[in-house]
Amino acid sequence: MTAMDGEIARFDKVGLRYGNEREVLSDVGFTLFAGRFYFLTGASGAGKSSLLRMLYLAQRPSRGMISLFGTDAITLPRERLPGFRRRIGVVFQDVRLVPHLSAYDNVALPLRIAGLPEKEIAASVNDMLEWVGLEGRMHARPASLSGGEQQRVGIARAVIGRPELLVADEPTGNVDADMAVKLLRLFEALNRLGTTVVVATHDMHLLQKVPDSLIMRLDRGKMSDPTGALRYPPRKTQSQSRFPDMRDG
Amino acid sequence: MAEDVNVQDPVEVAAAEKRLLRLPGFGNIRGRGADSELVPQARLSGPMPWVIAIMVALTVIAAATGLALRNIALAAAADLSGGVSVQVLDSGEGRDRQIGATVKALQGAPGVASVTLVSAQEVNNLLAPWLGGAQEQGVSAADVVPVPALIDVKTHGPADEAQLEKLRKLLARVAPAARVDAQSHWLSPVFGAIDSLQWLAAAMVGLLGVAMTAAVLLATRSALGQHRETIAIVHMMGGTDSQIARIFQRAIGLDAVAGAALGLAVAVAAVVVLGQRFAGLGAGLIAGGALGWLDWALMVLIPLAAVVLAVLTARVTVLSALRRML
Repeated sequence: MTAMDGEIARFDKVGLRYGNEREVLSDVGFTLFAGRFYFLTGASGAGKSSLLRMLYLAQRPSRGMISLFGTDAITLPRERLPGFRRRIGVVFQDVRLVPHLSAYDNVALPLRIAGLPEKEIAASVNDMLEWVGLEGRMHARPASLSGGEQQRVGIARAVIGRPELLVADEPTGNVDADMAVKLLRLFEALNRLGTTVVVATHDMHLLQKVPDSLIMRLDRGKMSDPTGALRYPPRKTQSQSRFPDMRDG
Repeated sequence: MAEDVNVQDPVEVAAAEKRLLRLPGFGNIRGRGADSELVPQARLSGPMPWVIAIMVALTVIAAATGLALRNIALAAAADLSGGVSVQVLDSGEGRDRQIGATVKALQGAPGVASVTLVSAQEVNNLLAPWLGGAQEQGVSAADVVPVPALIDVKTHGPADEAQLEKLRKLLARVAPAARVDAQSHWLSPVFGAIDSLQWLAAAMVGLLGVAMTAAVLLATRSALGQHRETIAIVHMMGGTDSQIARIFQRAIGLDAVAGAALGLAVAVAAVVVLGQRFAGLGAGLIAGGALGWLDWALMVLIPLAAVVLAVLTARVTVLSALRRML
């Protein structure tokens, strides 16, 4: 497969170190294809969050090459980063809601940044809050929400723009089993609509819930490919990207 | 998680899909972004409007002082530019003859507009403050000290050195004891002092501008630190540096408008009261310092300039700080 076939991201011999410490990621290489559902697993401290931070352009690697949406992300000029980031939805492990905004305004944030009219924003935000079961808590500030509710707001915020790439770092860590299933269905539906989904988790049960998913494993900063799916991804009939080309304006 | 639950249940997933299809997909949206909604009016530090008010008030007062001094200097210069003082120093028997000859020669001289012999009474009045109670005792100044006769001459143009030299040559023949001086020469030390005060006022305006810029810069940096996490999140959602900068510009702009309006009001009140006090002195030189409408217009521009300066400082500070972030 080539970038023209729907390559979303490619890491090649990527290394990452913080300061003068030893590398937390070493020679990491893989390719993510459009419309696939990936799980990134590994023990705590294996480097999953660091890898995801590079994937959603919050961190540059110390060495190696990263290509995103067919463009070299290492040499990408700073002024083009916002356009790329708008194509990526992120569920942070520590949620990172804006503390002085309500649940509603936090979910609306990506659409407001993108300049969508308020009328359209209202309909979408209400819809998403209903889906994550928070329609009655839309005016609540993050401080008055439980950990699970905050997590759901964070997921609604990541999904609301129907991004091309969804990166979720332990998205079901703070929610109950029923809500975890509901959220995974949301990711599954998003995936069927063409979004490439990457979910980092150490919950092995979660992997079994999405049989079509591809599994990447990080072990002490090294990437392994337990199913061989990264090297030889099975063909997916449905999953060519449904997104138009290059919307990084 | 419950083992028997099928995440990929086609009915449930289709319901989620249907819901997602109603979403706009911000990948398709282009635009500046409704940045006013990104962060709810994150005002800068509380004292900022007061700091700006004080800076603006001091700047307007300093500018008013400078403008009044300039007006004094211009009025005095205009008043004295064509003025020439001729003193006949002879106190002997030929004094009256020399005075008469001097007046006559000056009246016929080219370029001379008017010639006025200052009366002995006026000279006595001028010297009274230095002679104590002698006048009340019926003693004239000329009886106590040798007092020259004073002739006030007005020329058509400015009394420059060439004009003075012509008059000196003219009077050398008819009145050797006559001394010719431009009236502006007497006030040149005063003009020098006024000039220095004007520079001081200008320097104060400049320094206050620098101080206000520094205050805004510090307040903006503090606000940036306070909202660092929000900024990082907005960045991660695809927010641009300009969008973030506009939030801070708006906040500092509102503070600056409130502060500048207050500062201007205080300064105008102070200038008006001081102006009335000085006008009450009735002194000729100071009366020329009254502020004209152009001066007031310039003073009103100061708070406007302060607002622009504050907003620009906030923008540059935010953008340069954001450039250091990924």
